[in-house]
Amino acid sequence: MYEFDHRRPGTLADALDALRAADDGTVLAGGQTLLPTLKQRLASPSDLIDLSGIAELQGIAIDGDAVVIGAMTRHADVAASSEVQQKIPALAALAGDIGDRQVRNRGTLGGSVANNDPAADYPAACLALGATIKTSAREIAADDFFTGLFETALEDDEVVTAVRFPAPDKAAYMKFKNPASRYAIVGVFVARTADGVRVAVTGAGDGGVFRVPEMESALAANFTPSALEGIAVPPDDLNSDIHASAEYRAHLVGVMARRAVAACG
Amino acid sequence: MSVTVSMTVNGKAVSGNVEPRTLLVQFLRDHLRLTGTHVGCDTSQCGACVVHLDGVSVKSCTMLTVQAEGAAVTTIEGLAQGDRLHPMQEAFRENHGLQCGFCTPGMVMSAIDLVRDNPEITEDEIRKGIDGNLCRCTGYHNIVKSIKAGAAAMKG
Ligand SMILES: Cc1cc2nc3c(=O)[nH]c(=O)nc-3n(C[C@H](O)[C@H](O)[C@H](O)COP(=O)(O)OP(=O)(O)OC[C@H]3O[C@@H](n4cnc5c(N)ncnc54)[C@H](O)[C@@H]3O)c2cc1C
Ligand code: FES
Ligand code: FES
Repeated sequence: MYEFDHRRPGTLADALDALRAADDGTVLAGGQTLLPTLKQRLASPSDLIDLSGIAELQGIAIDGDAVVIGAMTRHADVAASSEVQQKIPALAALAGDIGDRQVRNRGTLGGSVANNDPAADYPAACLALGATIKTSAREIAADDFFTGLFETALEDDEVVTAVRFPAPDKAAYMKFKNPASRYAIVGVFVARTADGVRVAVTGAGDGGVFRVPEMESALAANFTPSALEGIAVPPDDLNSDIHASAEYRAHLVGVMARRAVAACG
Repeated sequence: MSVTVSMTVNGKAVSGNVEPRTLLVQFLRDHLRLTGTHVGCDTSQCGACVVHLDGVSVKSCTMLTVQAEGAAVTTIEGLAQGDRLHPMQEAFRENHGLQCGFCTPGMVMSAIDLVRDNPEITEDEIRKGIDGNLCRCTGYHNIVKSIKAGAAAMKG
């Protein structure tokens, strides 16, 4: 690891000041992505601004028909939350299946959405549930937030503070895991809400998480797995790597989507 | 530039001067000479470095020492009471839950966290619960058996 300074501000305002003052500051959340990156010398920030001391970024609250989860809430806490289990059980289950137990004890929601790994789980939940990403500057709809591979709409020195997840009528997430890393080779999150059906796919896309409009309209008309028969995602824009070819991923999208609809009951 | 850190390790107050980039595992091994905690990878995947931080299992290779400021850390060295092994350590010994032993400290620390959370743990839950710990030797069979036995012993 290259050298850096570490700061642990107690308020969001101080964190933003520290970020602006730093030559090349980066925020540190759970560190489960950032520290492996620093260990491999793939980044060399001048300052790590540690968000763990900021109370306003923690916690889970019910807001009408939505669940609002603070950016620094750990995956283990989302998985164990009775509020999340009750309002959006698919989200609690997703959080409880990220990585492994030790990663879940450190990794956070805010870190996961800000990082936007193309194989991460939370981006699929945000997109399918029509979540709103709250930041230190504004609120951004999930549809506008995830802009590409490890790319988001966040500006420099903008910090994710919370994510607001509207509770769906029904939802389920099915992930075909890479057995070594536990990241998604393909994961599909299906949600049915008063406004219609949303289907989001992670792990497969060249440009990160994406929605499948054909599946959404078929499911809006007929919310059963058989409604998806014959709908194929073209492999052209999907990843191909040592774990799976684009064709195989395209096939898995269909399988995982049908399983997710079946799991919605 | 070094900074001062203070924490409790295995029940004792400790402090030291470290660079901000010093990993918790380096502080434990190199500064405190607690070499039971191992490093088996640099991709945060093997679990040989698992310790307890304020009662829950974490990978000490994927934490900075400064992130443990003020925390209570338990390593494999902190489990036994004098000559008496912790029931989970004893269960690994009894059930041949190790061969070379490299993964064992991390396995035992993960197992204790897992069982504390779920005393009636099933074999399936054990297999899923230790998916952050890799073993190159045993084939896991006896590790799972050890954790099952350790869980029973921890209740008694
Ligand atoms: C072995 C292993 C397995 C994993 N498996 C999975 C998996 O199956 N599925 C999955 O989804 N993830 C997986 N992960 C990733 C894990 O979920 C990380 O916790 C997550 O990607 C990043 O969260 P963090 O809190 O650790 O963030 P950090 O590592 O601290 O930060 C990640 C990035 O986000 C930025 N950032 C963090 N918080 C904020 C914020 N509030 N505002 C703005 N920017 C911010 C940081 O500057 C950094 O660039 C795995 C990780 C490991 C090590
Ligand atoms: S040394 Fe491999 S996970 Fe920590
Ligand atoms: S006993 Fe050798 S790595 Fe597990």
